[in-house]
Amino acid sequence: MSTGEASTQATRIAAEQTDAAPAPSNHVGQALRRKEDPRLITGKGTYVDDINLTGQLWAAWVRSPEAHAKIVSIDTSQAKARDGVRAVYTHEDLDIEASLPMAWVPPGIEVNTPDHWVLAKGEVKHVGDPVALVVGDDRYEVFDAAEDVIVEYDPLPVVTDPEKALESDSPVIHEQFATNKVSEWSLGGGDLEAGFAEADVVVERRIVNHRIAGAAIEPRGVLADFRADRLTVWSSTQIPHLLRPFLSMLLGISEDRVRVIAPEVGGGFGSKLQVYAEEVGCAWASRKLGRPVKWIETRSEGMMVTHHGRDQIDTVRVGAKRDGTITAWHSKILADIGAYQMFFTPMIPELSAFVMCGVYKTPAVQTDVVNVMTNKFPTDAIRGAGRPEATHMIEVTMDQLAQELDMDPLELRRKNFIPPFSEGHETPIGVVYDSGNYELALNKLLEHIDPAKVRQEAAELRERGIYRGIGFCTYTEICGNAPSRIVGPSGFGVQGGGWESAAVRVHASGAVTLYTGTSPHGQGHETGFAQIVADRLGIDPAQVDVIHGDTQAGPWGLDTYGSRTLAVGGEAAARAAGKVAAKAREIVAHQLEADPADIELREGRFSVRGSPDKGMTLSEVAGAAYAPENIPEGMEPGLDEQSFYDPENFVFPFGAHACVVDVDAETGKIDVVRYVAVDDCGPAINPMLIDGQVHGGIVHGVGQALYERIHYDQDGQLVTGSFVDYALPTAAEMPSFETDRTETPSPVNSLRVKGVGEAGTIAASPTVTNAVIDALRPLGVTFINMPLSPMRVWEAIQEAKGGVAA
Amino acid sequence: MIPAEFDYTAPESLDAAIKALADGGEDAKLLAGGHSLLPLMKLRLAAPALLVDLRKVPGLHGIEREDGSWRIGAMTPHTDLEHSPQLGIFAKAAGTIADPQVRNRGTVGGSLAHGDPASDLPAVLLAADGSVTVQGPGGQRAISAGELFRDYMETAIEPTEVLTEVRIPSLDGWGFGYEKFNRRSEDWAMVAVSALVKQTGDICEEVRVGLTNMGSVPLRAGAVEEALRGKPLSAESIASAAEQAAEGTDPPADLNASTDYKRHLARVLCRRALGQAAGLT
Repeated sequence: MSTGEASTQATRIAAEQTDAAPAPSNHVGQALRRKEDPRLITGKGTYVDDINLTGQLWAAWVRSPEAHAKIVSIDTSQAKARDGVRAVYTHEDLDIEASLPMAWVPPGIEVNTPDHWVLAKGEVKHVGDPVALVVGDDRYEVFDAAEDVIVEYDPLPVVTDPEKALESDSPVIHEQFATNKVSEWSLGGGDLEAGFAEADVVVERRIVNHRIAGAAIEPRGVLADFRADRLTVWSSTQIPHLLRPFLSMLLGISEDRVRVIAPEVGGGFGSKLQVYAEEVGCAWASRKLGRPVKWIETRSEGMMVTHHGRDQIDTVRVGAKRDGTITAWHSKILADIGAYQMFFTPMIPELSAFVMCGVYKTPAVQTDVVNVMTNKFPTDAIRGAGRPEATHMIEVTMDQLAQELDMDPLELRRKNFIPPFSEGHETPIGVVYDSGNYELALNKLLEHIDPAKVRQEAAELRERGIYRGIGFCTYTEICGNAPSRIVGPSGFGVQGGGWESAAVRVHASGAVTLYTGTSPHGQGHETGFAQIVADRLGIDPAQVDVIHGDTQAGPWGLDTYGSRTLAVGGEAAARAAGKVAAKAREIVAHQLEADPADIELREGRFSVRGSPDKGMTLSEVAGAAYAPENIPEGMEPGLDEQSFYDPENFVFPFGAHACVVDVDAETGKIDVVRYVAVDDCGPAINPMLIDGQVHGGIVHGVGQALYERIHYDQDGQLVTGSFVDYALPTAAEMPSFETDRTETPSPVNSLRVKGVGEAGTIAASPTVTNAVIDALRPLGVTFINMPLSPMRVWEAIQEAKGGVAA
Repeated sequence: MIPAEFDYTAPESLDAAIKALADGGEDAKLLAGGHSLLPLMKLRLAAPALLVDLRKVPGLHGIEREDGSWRIGAMTPHTDLEHSPQLGIFAKAAGTIADPQVRNRGTVGGSLAHGDPASDLPAVLLAADGSVTVQGPGGQRAISAGELFRDYMETAIEPTEVLTEVRIPSLDGWGFGYEKFNRRSEDWAMVAVSALVKQTGDICEEVRVGLTNMGSVPLRAGAVEEALRGKPLSAESIASAAEQAAEGTDPPADLNASTDYKRHLARVLCRRALGQAAGLT
């Protein structure tokens, strides 16, 4: 634990001011082992593919091999003639009148959003665009049958370069718009022009943030069962609750008769925050055929038609005084969002704008976003969703500015840090950071790593041809989404809210079930949420069963993405448990003839203050509540409460990361030698869960910086269609991470917490990139874009030597 | 990840396997560890009508010293080579293949019969001047490494023949070096170089250099060998000779490596591998 004295005090003061004050017992803050793990590591988890229903059929999709083409004809006769094939559907067969959803309608901004059908209508727009749906008895046979569907295509010109896609002679993907441009959106504050006029130096960089995949270990999968006028869908999704209303709308089934279950979900990373054609198509086919229909994605499909992320060309311009004081910041984002727009596709690049000041006192800032369509699969949220892109722009450019000013990159950062604040800091664009202490995090980082020592090592290693570099990143990000008033239809334009729900049911025996509207897919909610609830009810976390991911269990929820779960869903759970505790106090006070204000939770009992021997356990209270012969006059029986929590503001985690790399200058290969991360997500609920999230997040960010890349060739063919070519890093490529925390409480929620699921990813790509540039500087390389593959690094070294790479 | 339909048989003798292969015709394929064939089938890049699984055929496992050379059964998994330091360069190269799961299942015979120029063992066999023994309806014959690899994933083994063992001459007294370059440890080699050196004092009596993934078949770096044979070995002479490592090669470019970059890597890796082999690093 690394709680600063000041922040500890702030926690205490803050806690005293709130209704749902932390309970006196102390499971919160402990590194409890994950309740989920025994079943997961012994193979007892139930994933979609583990569920099979009597009479179940299998689906397979006929997908376009062309990136852009007219569909001339589809001959399904041969496939239909197979014994085991029950149906083959094309677009004309589907009586689904609405397009797949896109949920961002920013007020006053025109967004060119094309229809996006479950099966392609007339034309295909990207490789993998589904053309026909084959349903049959056997999983193997439907694959064979899909190969028997003969589709004749008339190829159309393809565009995969977002800059070319904006040129007047580019092929146009959706003719009705006469352009590939989707939208232009800006957010700025402060006097940008004056800021640049005041600057002694202006640094501009073209920063490419390439396309990556989510690459969850469990591919997607759907099992849809329509029977007796009810639809049940099991899906490997992050958003069972959000999927339900869309299935209801698209299929015309009353929402109350649609049940969506996300069973065990093996990772999402944003890629399962989506309403997918396969989910709708399987549900539709199940109703049509009166049989359950199952589809399990292959890894090849996963690379091709599970949404990608990033894919931007960013032009970043920063102005500063000679002493390093930033005077103006202008980021222009050109986002290649692919051929269609899915749930949040065109909204993700805009999310960068909210933290474009980073952790700095930037007096004037502007972010301009242009979205453009190309013949690729759509992008959408992938871990970090806009904030990794923003942080990469900011932190790589900060090092470039330090280079220009011949200034130490950490000194430049300190010079511009927003001073510590605990009750809000408003940036020029009107976003209010909740709390921050950026010096504290950086100082903590430097307790673990000494840059001077690394530079000494670097000098020694250089004699052996190894170039060692050190890179830093000091970041903040925005999560805990979301305050409905800010993000909703008349605000940012999301067509919904940002609240979260929880229900705490104490059973007659005293056993406790927590229903959460969040939907975990690997994070450890069952453990962390149990700790929160247990402390408020005086029980052990093992006694709290956490139920999630089933729209028929507990109140409606808004699921898990954007590091929202703890700060929004955890707060809802704390509040629901607080309501139960309040009712318990009244029952105990009534039975023991005391004042409810005098009932305190001590060592697992609700007892009378000053008379610790007089008290009741939760199970005794539950007994009294369900056999209610002695409860207060007018009180309803039962011990079962729920809470809907809509946050007042976002939360803004922050931290400081450092990375040491060794570059083999002869081959260009990069070895990550050390990675040190200090993250601040407020007081820890469970430090082990935080470490797990930070570790995985860093791998994702290092993966993008050094290894991972989704690449389409100029014909729109996906070149990186498997894990052979899509270089997802393994444990062998990673160092052992060193992590630490500072704990600065958030004033936004009673837990004082912020999210941490994406922080590692947000910080890691600029940290690594800066380290590589630092290593290569003696060779004359002063800037390089990701992915830092050995060949790219080697070529950069050759070019810096003054020759062409050869 | 769903293969096309196929038949499967697991014969219990070599003769039965050869017969099954012959009866199956050109659409029959041998299955050893399956770590090359099964992915191709799952991706539907290969669709054999019959798989003849060798797992029940006796006598195809094990590493033995025989008449001054090593005899390795075709079905011996990579992990057994990896843990046999007496095999020198073979042990070292086998230890770099993919990951432990693949090394547990993948076999030395399967890898050589697959003839993928990006795999580790083909170029090592070539550098070691080894051979394979195959058996078919017409009997048994030996194929030297130099004759084995015909073209990209094409070998001199007849469709009805079974690779039964690998023979490696004793490399007692030889120094060796193996340098493999890839992005991730589990990847195929972008380029790899195997070097074997026999020296007396500082004089290089004999030298053999194998190149992995520098063409459609594994290659020998003849110019490098020529430059060093009979000459004193030093860091300088090795560096100078290694400059010729890519001579005559024209490796195909891919997403991660241009032809020029591969040729550059061959030179760097050759110098490093020879340095190891000569005991200079």
